[in-house]
Amino acid sequence: MKITVDEEKCCGAGQCVLIAPEVFDQRDDDGIVVLLEAEPAAEHQDVVRESASVCPAAAIHLDEKA
Amino acid sequence: MNTPQHVLVVGASAAGLSTAEALRRKGFDGRLTLVGAESELPYDRPPLSKQVLSGAWDTTRAQLRPKEALDALAAEFVLGDPAVELDADGRRVRTASGLRVTADAIVIATGLKARELPDQAGMSGVHVIRTVGDAVRLRSALLKTERVVVVGDGVLGAETASTARSMGLEVCLVGPQPAPMTEQLGPLVADHLADLHRRHGVCLHSGVLLEGLVSRDGAVTGVRLSDGEDLPADVVVAAVGGLPATDWLADSGLRLDDGIVCDEHCRAAEGVWAVGDVARWHHQGLGRLLRLENRTNASEQALAVAADILGENRPYLPVPYFWTDQFDVKLQAYGLPSADSQAQIVEGDPGESRFVVRHNGPRGPMGVLGWKMPRQARLHRASIVDQYTRPPEPATP
Repeated sequence: MKITVDEEKCCGAGQCVLIAPEVFDQRDDDGIVVLLEAEPAAEHQDVVRESASVCPAAAIHLDEKA
Repeated sequence: MNTPQHVLVVGASAAGLSTAEALRRKGFDGRLTLVGAESELPYDRPPLSKQVLSGAWDTTRAQLRPKEALDALAAEFVLGDPAVELDADGRRVRTASGLRVTADAIVIATGLKARELPDQAGMSGVHVIRTVGDAVRLRSALLKTERVVVVGDGVLGAETASTARSMGLEVCLVGPQPAPMTEQLGPLVADHLADLHRRHGVCLHSGVLLEGLVSRDGAVTGVRLSDGEDLPADVVVAAVGGLPATDWLADSGLRLDDGIVCDEHCRAAEGVWAVGDVARWHHQGLGRLLRLENRTNASEQALAVAADILGENRPYLPVPYFWTDQFDVKLQAYGLPSADSQAQIVEGDPGESRFVVRHNGPRGPMGVLGWKMPRQARLHRASIVDQYTRPPEPATP
């Protein structure tokens, strides 16, 4: 799995960090998403999918085939 | 209940689409149908009053998912065909075009309709913002005018005023509260918001009601306020809230009272769930019915409903959360404010325009608000989680 994030779409809601803190963080100044693991380990992939679905700005894209 | 063979989701916006996605992610491989009133592919509403209105994004950028992702859901989308009738016992929905769909599980995600001003029908120059079409029409009107009055001082009104002012228009924001969004933010933060708007040149008329619209030859020319003042305008935006879209459910047998009344699992009846802005469910942590009109709830409640349909049987106990972007400020609001809570600065400095406020109620901290501190606000959220997720102790007999 490969994650890409759209920083311009990101609204800094931080929902992804609440769900998958191992994979996502937020910038200190404006809350925009910081991708910690672009290719998450297998045990984190379920919560990453949940983060992508819950993201209120639809700013997380997953390539499941990568 | 056994896992259903066919799930019908009525409403194809954030809540409905998220429910469908969550069902598939959790392994549901039965038939999935989404019926939506609007003909566009599912799109997101928060950008309508910001990026779409300002023109920073074209409307396709507000789409929730690319076409390929929707195709990958293996769901049948019936768009531009609103549901007009539900038979809850028979789990059957009829649409405006006459289509009848029967399913084992029905999820209602029909959202809100924009409330209109009493005398706006048939008057040109008066706009609401609920759909992408509304936002595009308002944008083209704003490009041809210089003066706009925004009626309504909730989040939509305040965001619209911010966007219109940033487009260079003369903007008045009118509302009944002492400062915009006082109800959602509490007085301390709402006063900061009022200052922000004033500093950027928005003319605020707070604590006043709308007496009526003023028009000439069917076109709006301004508004009259309860304090006797007249504000001239070429465009008036009615941001006076929404009404749950439940008129089509009048004969359904569902309990309707400011939304669809649901139990703690968001169940409205056997085999019928409600999700998103339209759902008023029993929040067990708060011990009362709650209906949330925000984007984050649409997704979170969708997860809960999908899980319940598949038999996970857990109550839905969210910490309410919304954000808003106005001018250069990002505001995050966790929890619910209450009239009897005290505001305490827990991080940053209001004088430097970056701070986090906690609202402490009689039972403990109930809300956290971040002003240009999204990350820190999220970290402080932990201090209020218990108030929402711990069911109240049963009364001892």
